[in-house]
Amino acid sequence: MINDINVDTSSTLSFFLDVLPLLLKGLQVTIAAALLGFAIALVAGLFFAILRQAPTRLISWPVAVFLEFVRDTPLLIQLFFLYYVLPVYGITLPAFMTGAVAIGLQYSGYTAEIYRAGIGAIGRGQWEASTALNLTSGRTYAVVIIPQAIPRVIPALGNCLVGILKETPILSTISVLEMLNLAIIVGDRTYHYTIPLTLAGVLMLLVTSVFAYLVRFIEFTVPKTGIRLR
Amino acid sequence: MGVWTAYFEYLSVGIEATVVVWTISFISAVVIAFVVGVVRFQQVPVLRHVAFVYVEIFRGTSLLVQLFWLYFSLPLIGYSVSPMTAACLGLALNSGAYGSEIVRGALTAVSRDQFEAATALNFNSTQTLLKIVLPQAVVEMVPPFGNLGILVLKDTALVSMISIADVAFRAQQLRTMTYDSANIYMVTLMIYFTLALVVMLIGKLAERYVKPSFQRTPLLALGAMR
Repeated sequence: MINDINVDTSSTLSFFLDVLPLLLKGLQVTIAAALLGFAIALVAGLFFAILRQAPTRLISWPVAVFLEFVRDTPLLIQLFFLYYVLPVYGITLPAFMTGAVAIGLQYSGYTAEIYRAGIGAIGRGQWEASTALNLTSGRTYAVVIIPQAIPRVIPALGNCLVGILKETPILSTISVLEMLNLAIIVGDRTYHYTIPLTLAGVLMLLVTSVFAYLVRFIEFTVPKTGIRLR
Repeated sequence: MGVWTAYFEYLSVGIEATVVVWTISFISAVVIAFVVGVVRFQQVPVLRHVAFVYVEIFRGTSLLVQLFWLYFSLPLIGYSVSPMTAACLGLALNSGAYGSEIVRGALTAVSRDQFEAATALNFNSTQTLLKIVLPQAVVEMVPPFGNLGILVLKDTALVSMISIADVAFRAQQLRTMTYDSANIYMVTLMIYFTLALVVMLIGKLAERYVKPSFQRTPLLALGAMR
C-alpha cells in the first residue's frame, strides 16, 4: 500500500485528488480501530466497574488505584508499553490490535466511572422497592437498575466514542497505517505536507461530526424512562 | 530497583520540558477558554461565529493532527515556528477549545433569577457579567478545569512527536539505547502518574480556596474511593 504511492503534485487539484482516496483508505483503519477500541472499553469498563463495587476492599481498592493510574497517564506511553512489552512475554499482537487494546484500556477507566455514575444516579427508592418485592440482587440489576441506567449513560459513552476517534491518530506512532500516518508518508515523499495534513484534519472533523450526530440521534431515540429488558 | 533509579535519573531531565509545556499551555488555555466562553455566552455579534468555528475545529480534530499541522505546515505557508512554540500553541488552542465549553457551561448554569435581579438593579450587561455571573460561575468551573489540567498533562506526551525533549522523548531515546522497554516505560508511567497527582492536588487546593467548607471533597480522593 505504501510502495505504490504515486501522487501528482503538479497542481493543487491533482495532488488533492490523488491523496484523497489514499486518506480514505486510512480513514477506514482509523474508524475500525476506534470501534474496536470502544467495544473493548465498553466491556472492560463494565468489568472494572463491577470489581470496583466489590464488597471487600482487598479487591475494590487495587481496582480503584489501577483505574486512576490508567486514566491519569498518557495514552502514548501506555501504547509504547504494550507495544514493546507484550512481545517480551510472548504475546505478539499486530500493531493495529495493540493500538485498539491500549485505547480500550485507557478508556475503560472512563467508562467504568460512567457506569458507576449511571448506577449511582438511580434513586434509593428503586433499590428499596426491589427489596420489598423480594427480588434477588442479580434480578434487581437486570430488570430494575440497568434498564434505567442505560439512557443515563448513553450521552457520556457517546462522548467517549468521539474522544476515542480523535485518539486513533496516536496509533501512527506504532506504525499502524491509519489516516495521519498515510498523510505524513505522502508528505515525506513529496515534501508537501500542507495538503495531506489539512485534508486529514478536514476528514477527521467530518467523521467526528457525523459520529457526534449519530450519538445525539441514539440519545433521542432511547426512551428516557429506560429500556425494558425481558 | 537499581535500574529504575538509573532510568529515573535519565528521564528526569525531561520533566522540566514537560512541566514548562504544561504550564505555558494550560495557562494560555485557561485565558483562551475565558475569552471564547464569554464571547459565546454573551453572543457577541460576528465574534461568536468565529468562536464557534474555532471550537468546532479544535474539538473536532485530533490533537496529533493539529500538532503536525502547526509543525509541518505553518513553515510552508510562511510562518516558521520553533517546535516549542508549535507544541504550546497546539496544546493551548486544543485545550482552550475544550475549556471554553467548561466556561460557557458554568455561565449558563447560573440561575435566571440572578440576571433578572441584576436587570432590576439597573446593571448593564458588562457589570452583570463581571460582578454577578462570573464570580458565581468561577466556583463551578474549578473542578472541571482541574480535570482539564490532567488531560493537558497527558497530552503533553504527544509533543515528543514534534521533537520536544520531554519525558516521553527521553523514554524513547533510552529505549533505543537499552531495549529494556518494560522497565523504562514503567518508570515513565510512574513519573506521569506522580505529575498527575500533583496537578490533581493543585486542583483540589484551588477548589478549597473557592468553595465553602461544606461542599469540599477530601484531598486526593482517588475517584471517590471507598
